[in-house]
Parts: sequence; structure tokens; C-alpha cells
Amino acid sequence: MSEALTLTDVPRLPRGVRLRFDEVRGAHVLLAPERAFDLDAVAAEVLGLVDGTRSVSAIVDALAAKFDEDRAVIEGDVVAMLDDLAKKRVLDR
Amino acid sequence: MNAALPAPIGLLAELTHRCPLRCPYCSNPLELDRRSGELDTATWQRVLSEAAALGVLHVHLSGGEPTARADIVEITAHCARAGLYSNLITSGVGGALKKLDALADAGLDHVQLSIQAADAGNAERIGGLANAQPQKMAFAERVTALGLPLTLNAVIHRGNIDEVERIVELAVALGAKRLEVAHTQYYGWAYVNRAALMPAKADVDRSIRIVEAARKRLEGRLVIDLVVPDYYATYPKACAGGWGRRLMNVTPTGRVLPCHAAETIPGLEFWSVRDRSLADIWAASPAFMAYRGTDWMPEPCRSCDRKERDWGGCRCQALALTGDAAATDPACAHSPHHARVKALAAAESAAGEAPAYVYRTIGGAGGDDRPAPARIPEGAAS
Repeated sequence: MSEALTLTDVPRLPRGVRLRFDEVRGAHVLLAPERAFDLDAVAAEVLGLVDGTRSVSAIVDALAAKFDEDRAVIEGDVVAMLDDLAKKRVLDR
Repeated sequence: MNAALPAPIGLLAELTHRCPLRCPYCSNPLELDRRSGELDTATWQRVLSEAAALGVLHVHLSGGEPTARADIVEITAHCARAGLYSNLITSGVGGALKKLDALADAGLDHVQLSIQAADAGNAERIGGLANAQPQKMAFAERVTALGLPLTLNAVIHRGNIDEVERIVELAVALGAKRLEVAHTQYYGWAYVNRAALMPAKADVDRSIRIVEAARKRLEGRLVIDLVVPDYYATYPKACAGGWGRRLMNVTPTGRVLPCHAAETIPGLEFWSVRDRSLADIWAASPAFMAYRGTDWMPEPCRSCDRKERDWGGCRCQALALTGDAAATDPACAHSPHHARVKALAAAESAAGEAPAYVYRTIGGAGGDDRPAPARIPEGAAS
């Protein structure tokens, strides 16, 4: 069992995982081996900030500033989402 | 796109039926397409562009062995240009390794490598090709060295079901991110070989327990997808995610099928990419219309609350086992034929000595004088 994602981790999308806008369905999608994750606007926003240089903490900061939202709430959601993707092997850290 | 008709998300591109392996459960039809009839490069490129415009996200470059195509690198590069996610489904033998670096450079996204077993001798007996296993191991090493994500796919049956634990270990050792433990689906060659391949229920249950334990142990390292065998299931699988709902399959000669086994159903009219666009075929091909949605369903499917979850199961299996492609898939506990299917599987798997394999070969299985696999006797359950 791998350890849970932490705020100091720097997540990145590995080769073989791509974020793209799906013109036909008008939504963002995360393409990965043998699966496609339909993303809502918030999830697409989070993954758009995953660039291999920002830490989880920095991603939360950026979202809190952009949406003028309570940082603690955002932190919980972002960590849960990225941790889930890491467990599914579509996010490296 | 019509609001009621969702766009397809996946395209299985069967580039060729040529393959160095001769697996007795091959998903290709018994009558294999010959090289002389295969689509040319320009046609495949047009089809891939049409697929992207239609809404396809994933393209599975498959076969046969897709690297047997001289133009596999050009085809892969075209996927990348069109924004399609490319998945190479390969045996890893023959010329596959030699082309791998060029495929990675062309923008290949993912590799799915088949293995027949963890034990080399057993794997080569099943695949019918000597010296295949070292080629596969070298191929897997190069995939991960290039930084490409690797999935191992192992089709499970009586001849390798004792190796599931070793197959998991091999996937970890090779650096795979995903492993598919896929119990055999009995169509085409696997249907012909069913009595040789059908595992015992107790062995199936044990293989499932091994996978579930490995999933927990390896969470975050290896994702394991498990396909359970229909004949021992309670509910059928939603074949291809539902007929004409998610997937298109283009054969080497250009016929477009709702699933890879659909040509076993007599009377269906398949359209070809040689004559029509992919969008026209998706929207209006008689074969796609035949079992799309729920209107075609008989009872007990029609009034079942699972009908939009499993979409009536598999048409090809319904045909193979009952003689009627529109029947409820007998894998379903609500089918009047269900108990007989389980009994059939139990009887075949209990035979002391499994029969010899009919290996996949160009020219079909017709040379074999063995009787066809048993259907459920007519009228047995009514």
C-alpha cells in the first residue's frame, strides 16, 4: 500500500495521461490507459494546475485565490481528488 | 450528433489479422482476413480523422499483430496528429521490438502487451510459438525504458489459472502500471476450444481471491482489472458497453462492427469504410441499429431494472448458446437457459484430461473433425 498524498508532494501527469478538451461533448476529459475520466469544471481547473512544478499546497493556494473560497475546504477536496487519481496510477508524484 | 445518440468513445482498429502467435482463444474470427484485402494507409488515416471528428477518444491499434503492418508508425503518428489517444495492443514478438522506438517517437500513448502465462514453457505452449517469452520480456523492458505506460494482459483459462499469482508478480517485476486478468470470453476460437479452456468454478473463485488480495497489497503501484468468466456469472457483462453505444470495430478489410464477434450473427448487414463515412455508419448502419438501445429486447430483459446497465448482455453469446441472437444472454440468472450454461461449464471443466487445442490459423478451424461445442439443447428450459 502506498502512502497518502501530502501537501508537499509535487504531482504531475505521467506519459500516457493527457488532459484535453473534448470538442464533441463540450467538456474536459482526462485520457488514460483504457479509461477516460469525465471532468467537471472544477476538476479540470485542478488538473490544469498540475504541471510537475507546483506542489499540492501551491495548487490549493492558486485555487483559493482564484475562487475566493475557504482554503481548508479546497484543500480537503483537492487532496482527496489527487490522491484518488494517484491510487489509480494516472497521477505521479 | 443526434442528442439521443451518444458519440462513440473508442475505436478498435484491427489493422491486420496476421500474427506470429496462434492462441487458441484468439478474438479474431475463424475466417481470418488475408493481407491482400487489407485497407491501405490512406484509408486508415481517413478513418482515424473521421473517428476524431465523430468524438472517438481512444484508438486501440490491434490485430492480429498490429506491428506486422509496414505502416504502423505512420498510422500511429496520424492518431497523434488527430488528437486521438493511441493504445498499441501487441504480442511483443516478431518485429514489434524493432519498431517500438519509432512508435514512441510518433506519439504512441500506451502499450498493452499480451502474455500467455508467467512460465515460459507454458506460455509458449499456449501461444503456439517457441521462444516467444524472451521476446516479450525484452519488449516490456524497452516499453518502460522509453517511459511509456505498460499494461499486461493475460487471458485466463484452464491452462494458466494456477499462475495468476505469478502473473501478478511478473507485472510488478516488469514495471507495469496495469494488469488485466481477463478470463476467457467464449467466442470465435475460444468457443471452438471451450472444452479445453473452461476452468473449474473453484479455480475461478480462487483466482478472484488472489486478485482481490493483490489489489489491496499493491494499491498505488499496480491497478488490476478483472474480467470474470460469463459462464459462472450471475449477471451478463454489458458487452462493448452496450451494442452501438460506445465502441466501433473496424476489421482489416474495412467492415465496421459493433463488437469484434458481431460477424458470427447471420443476417446482419455491415457497412464498410470503403463505401461510407464512419459517422454515417455509426448513425445508420443496419448492424449498429439492430440491437442498439432497448426496443429490441425480449422479456425478461424488457421489464428488467438492469436493462440500461448490462444492455441485455452479449448478442453473440446469446446466439452461440441458444441459437437466437435476440435472446437474453444466458449468462444472466434471469435467462431460462442460465442453469444449463453453468452445468455445461461444470461438465467441461471437470473432464479429467482437457482436449488438445485447435490453434488459430489462416484458413479457419474447419480442418478439425471434432464436433462443434454444445449449445443448450433446444427446448431444454422452456
